[in-house]
Amino acid sequence: MRTLPASVAETAALLSDHGYIADADLATAVHLALAMGRPLFLEGEPGTGKTEIAKVLSAGLGRRLVRLQCYDGLDLSAAAYEWDHARQLMAIRLAEASGSTDRATLASDIYGREFLRPRPLLSAIDPDQPPAVLLIDELDRADEPFEAFLLELLADFQITVPEYGTIRASTPPVVVITSNRTREVHDAIRRRCLYQWVDYPDGARERAILAARAPGVPGRLSAQVVEFVQRLRGEELFKLPGVAETIDWANALRALDARELTPGLVNETLGVLLKYQDDIARLRGEQAARLLAETTQAAAA
Amino acid sequence: MSEAPGALAANVMQFARMLRRAGLPVGPTETIAGQDALTVIDLGQREEMRSALRAVMTHRHEHREVFDHAFALFWRDPAAAQQEAVMALMDGQKQAADRRPPPASRRVAEAMAPARPARPQDRETPPPPDLDMTLTVSERERLSQLDFEAMAAADIARAKSEIRALRLPLDMRRTRRRRPDETGPFTDLRATIRGSLRQGGEVLRISRSERTERPPPLVVLCDISGSMARYAQVLLHFLHAVANDRERVHVFLFGTRLTNITRALKHRDPEVAFQMVAHLVPDWSGGTRIGEALETFNRRWARRVLAQGAVVLLVTDGLDREGARGLAENMDRLHRSCARLIWLNPLLRWDGFEPKSQGVRAMLPHVDEFRPVHNLASLRSLIAALSRPAPPRGGADPWRMAA
Repeated sequence: MRTLPASVAETAALLSDHGYIADADLATAVHLALAMGRPLFLEGEPGTGKTEIAKVLSAGLGRRLVRLQCYDGLDLSAAAYEWDHARQLMAIRLAEASGSTDRATLASDIYGREFLRPRPLLSAIDPDQPPAVLLIDELDRADEPFEAFLLELLADFQITVPEYGTIRASTPPVVVITSNRTREVHDAIRRRCLYQWVDYPDGARERAILAARAPGVPGRLSAQVVEFVQRLRGEELFKLPGVAETIDWANALRALDARELTPGLVNETLGVLLKYQDDIARLRGEQAARLLAETTQAAAA
Repeated sequence: MSEAPGALAANVMQFARMLRRAGLPVGPTETIAGQDALTVIDLGQREEMRSALRAVMTHRHEHREVFDHAFALFWRDPAAAQQEAVMALMDGQKQAADRRPPPASRRVAEAMAPARPARPQDRETPPPPDLDMTLTVSERERLSQLDFEAMAAADIARAKSEIRALRLPLDMRRTRRRRPDETGPFTDLRATIRGSLRQGGEVLRISRSERTERPPPLVVLCDISGSMARYAQVLLHFLHAVANDRERVHVFLFGTRLTNITRALKHRDPEVAFQMVAHLVPDWSGGTRIGEALETFNRRWARRVLAQGAVVLLVTDGLDREGARGLAENMDRLHRSCARLIWLNPLLRWDGFEPKSQGVRAMLPHVDEFRPVHNLASLRSLIAALSRPAPPRGGADPWRMAA
């Protein structure tokens, strides 16, 4: 485990060393989250690199990554901990066989640590394990009751198991929560976190991201790709392409041995950028050709 | 920075005061977090300071603009917070600010004043038409058949109180969450073992559990153009009752623009809620651009409110000012993004109603159900329909459901 970065600039350098190009807002928020020991709540459109931050932090800080993917109906036994019931029943039988039926000792025996099976949340704050980066991914997919489970963890980095007691992290984990905003996450969660809206990057940053994430793509093509995608985000589409789509597209074009964008190539590969048939139908042909003309014009200027 | 830490802390406090004035929910927690944040960053960097304060003092994307504005004003000249003029500027940022006397005081005044005779315009409203009063129907039954548009003021008042008593039991969806239930199909081993300890480890009783159920989210899109104004007013009472009765209800009004009134409608007091709604909505009783409103909804809100099997109620007469431009595509997209789309149309009260207008023809193929909503009886039958499971999609003719 490495020490935490001392300034915003160091944080930004740490992220970019591992291929994540953050803007000033995001680097500041990440630095504060690390320095103040508070969870970081990232909200933004899909494909803007929210999940990636946790992965990069885990690599950059040399901590293990504990990931909890949220889904509807996620409950304590899948997210935090579960008792090993089969072993507990066995322990009760063994106690009976050996003739000890003292209630008090039996209770403390079968609710021992060895019967507690940790799930991601408990594992992230387990004092016996090395410090972690905890990623709670797509919290908006879980239902509201689940958010309540998180409150104790986010405020005090501890989990209380009624039968066992309170388990507290010896080194607080770095917590990153992401949401695609398919529903509003409750204010109680927001209040315990630092909030950061992750936006689409501007041209310069997206070029830097592409250089870091798709290094094999020729410079001229990658400049065109970024220019085209930046213009595409100005169109009235149902779902705008994210950074992840830009990277995919650049890699797809490279796989096709493209040197520069042509109308035919754009039409054939639109499916990598746009994921809704309405959007593709709207853009294919004339609109795509117009955007491409604007792109080459901007490149020439 | 030359300032002593003490002065900086005081400035953050002043700044928090300014944000509160601008309507942002900034409490002592945020103020302290702001002061803490400034100790771990480079104060020489203005941008960094803004990002830091924004990350700790705001919790929503919507508040970003107001924050940035306040930041620019305050940190140019921290003394500004002491100036009344700048603070007054902040008031302009407030969204649903209300300088009129609160409705509660009006109601108190009304309660104290002696009853006045009805105002002239109340008497001018036409008497309820097509109603055979020789029938010995109860007053209540008469009320339930009466068209909202034809109601006199007194009838409306009574209809409203009836509406407020209506409950909307949407058909329940099973969740993956469980609750203890002695007759349930699942064994709850954790509770069983805990219970067995009371018998010295002997399992005498097996605890069981059942899946919990809960209603799906409800999204209402209500037309408030001129032709719908009367219905919309009555329906708002229904929507207010529904929004306060249950969770996960989102209400949008549209005429020429789409407005989300969910937060305003959640206010328990209907008078306060309606006043806030009136303040939010710029296009009451204007024209309609249904296609455009739906497009805005699809782009801005659909992904945020239609998750987890939402039921959508679309309340409109389908008379579109823009000649149904873009209507079919956007209805289709809406239909495919939700679990159940129900169109409530007050024009359906006429038996001879035929889908002649372009708007209606464009919308009809894309709805799951098509129902009238013009009197209390139709509202009750809507509630009955919503509490039944949705019929399977595909092949069902919306017209048949309307009958």
